[in-house]
Amino acid sequence: MEFPKDLKYSKEHEWVRVEDGDTAIIGITDFAQDELGDIVFVEAPKVGRDLKAGESFGVAESVKTVSDLYSPVAGQVIEVNPELEGSPELVNESPFDKGWIIKLKMEDPKELENLLSAQDYRNLAQKG
Amino acid sequence: MSGQSQRGINFTEGEIFGRGAPDREGYTPPRSGLPAIDPESALPAGTLRGQLEGFPSLSEPEVTRHYTRMSQWNFAVDLNFYPLGSCTMKYNPRINEAVARIGGFTTLHPMAPQEQAQGTLQVIDDLEKWLCQISGMDAATLQPAAGAQGELVGLLMIRAALTARGNPRKKVLLPDSSHGTNPASAVYCGYEAVTLPSGPDGRVDMAQLDRLMDDETAALMVTNPNTLGIFESDIIQISKLVHDRGGFIYCDGANLNAFLGKARFGDMGVDVAHVNLHKTFSTPHGGGGPGSGPVVVKQELAPYLPFPVVAQGDDGAYSLEYDRPQSVGRAHGFFGNTGVLLRAAAYILSMGPQGLAQVAEAAVVNANYIRARLGDHYHIPYPGRCMHELVITDKLQSEYGVSTLDIAKALIDRGFHPPTIYFPTITRGAMMIEPTETESLETLDSFCEAMIEIADLAKADPESIKAAPVTTVRTRLDEATAARRPQLRCSLCG
Repeated sequence: MEFPKDLKYSKEHEWVRVEDGDTAIIGITDFAQDELGDIVFVEAPKVGRDLKAGESFGVAESVKTVSDLYSPVAGQVIEVNPELEGSPELVNESPFDKGWIIKLKMEDPKELENLLSAQDYRNLAQKG
Repeated sequence: MSGQSQRGINFTEGEIFGRGAPDREGYTPPRSGLPAIDPESALPAGTLRGQLEGFPSLSEPEVTRHYTRMSQWNFAVDLNFYPLGSCTMKYNPRINEAVARIGGFTTLHPMAPQEQAQGTLQVIDDLEKWLCQISGMDAATLQPAAGAQGELVGLLMIRAALTARGNPRKKVLLPDSSHGTNPASAVYCGYEAVTLPSGPDGRVDMAQLDRLMDDETAALMVTNPNTLGIFESDIIQISKLVHDRGGFIYCDGANLNAFLGKARFGDMGVDVAHVNLHKTFSTPHGGGGPGSGPVVVKQELAPYLPFPVVAQGDDGAYSLEYDRPQSVGRAHGFFGNTGVLLRAAAYILSMGPQGLAQVAEAAVVNANYIRARLGDHYHIPYPGRCMHELVITDKLQSEYGVSTLDIAKALIDRGFHPPTIYFPTITRGAMMIEPTETESLETLDSFCEAMIEIADLAKADPESIKAAPVTTVRTRLDEATAARRPQLRCSLCG
C-alpha cells in the first residue's frame, strides 16, 4: 500500500497535491480505494463551485458501498477529472495520479497545515 | 455440500429474440362476432405503431419454458434459508394467500361506492388499530407502499408539526449505522442529514447526541434495535433529550421483529415510526412484493396523516374522510397496497398476541444460536448478546485473502442466500445475518455447518472459496464491469 511522502492527507482518506502555490489536486488514497473495492461511479461537483473545508463535494460508488467525498481544504473547483466518467476504475488503478478527482483554487493555502503527513496518515489507516 | 441446492437439470436460457418461426403462434382466441375496426380509423396517428421489427413468433410452450427456466435461476424463501440481515425474510404463510384471494376483496373496484367497500374498509380500520396496539401508538396510515415512503410520510408530518409551531427547523440527526434510506428521506424532505457517530458499543452515544441535538434539529431518526442487531438501551433518555430540545423521534421499524409483542415504540418515547408489513408481518418481500410501510404516530401528529382516513360512524358503517385540512396529502392511490394489507391482517389474526410475542423470542434465540456457533470461526465485532440479527466480519479470513464477498459467493454453492454484506458500513467486511423465527434448528445447523466449512476452507484452500460460486448457471459475475458499463437494453430495442 502506498503513502506518497509529498502529499497531504485528511482523516476522511483524501489526499492533496499542491501545484503552483495555490492549486490543490484532490483524490482518494490507495487505502481508501482498497477499502471501497471496485469503484463503478464517481460523482464530482461542477466547475466553479465553492467548497468549504470538510464539505462533501461528491460521491464514490463501489460494488460494496457508496461513500461521500470531503474536501480537505476550502476553495473553488477549477477542474474535474474528465476521464472518471468513462473510466472510474482509474481511481482503483492509479489513485494518486490518473485517478485524481478535482482541482481547487485554494482560498487559504495555510489550511494545508491542518492536514496529516504521510506518516500520520499511514498510522491512522493501519490502526483502523 | 450441506445445503439442498443440487438440481438434476440446470437450464441455461438466452434471449427470446431471434427464436421461433414466422408462422408460429400461441393461443388464438375465437372470433368474437363483433365487426372488425381498422385501428387507423379509430386512433390518432401518433398512437399507432407499425410492425415491430424482429418480434419473435413463438408457440405457447416456448414462451412458458423461457420464463419458467429463467424463474428457476431465482432464489426464494420457499426454496431455502434466506438470512438477509435487516430484511426479515421470514416464511410467508399460505393462509395469507388464501385470504388475499377471497373474491369479495379481489373483485372490488377501487372506484366502487363506499357502501359496497365495507369489508375492505373494515380490514383497513382493524389493521390500523392492531398496528397501533402492537406499537403503542395512537393513529396510523396504511397508505405508504414501502418503508422508505413511510419515512418520507413520517418526516413530512414532523415538518408540518414543527411548521405549525413556528419553525420547521433545518436538520435531521442519523446514527452512522442507519439504513441508507434514512438520510435519503431526510434530504428528500428538505432537511440536512447530520451523522451521529455511534459509541464503541455500537449504540447511540449520549454525549454526541447532547452535542449535536440543537434547536435547528427537527428529529432524530433511530432504528431500534439498530442495524448491528443491538438494542438501544438508552432509548428513554434519548427521546427525553430530543423532546426537551423541541425535536421529534422517528423510529425506523425495520427491526420490529426483535421485540414484537414484548416492547412498544410508544413506550420508548417514539413520536412516529413505520412498520414493514413485508418484513415483520410476513407478506412477500423483494421480487414477490409489492411492499407496504404503514406509519404509526402519537396523537400530536395524527392531524397530519395522509388523507383519506377510514372512520367508523355511530351506525357502524365505515367511510372515507377527506376533510383533513392539516394532512400532508395523499401518499398512495386509493387504499394503499390492499393485497398486502390483507395478508398482514391474516397473519396478525392467525398468530394472536401470544404468537406474535413468540415470534420475537424465537427470532432473538435463533440469532444468538448462530452467534454462539460461529463465534469460534468468525470475528464478532460487538460483544454481548444480539437481538434478532448478528454482525460478523471477514477479519480472520482476510488473513488468507478471503473476503466477505467470497464467503457470500461460497454460501450460494451450499444452497443458501448470502446474508447482507458490507452493511452496516461502520463495520469493515460486515456480514449481517438475520435468521428470523421461521427456521428450524436443523436449518440453522446446516447453515452454521456451511459457514464453518467455508471458514475452514478459507484457511486450507482459499482458492476454492475465491472461485465460488461454481454450481450456479452463471459462475462469479464481473459486478464491477456490469456497474461501470451496463448494457440494459435488449437487442430488439437497439
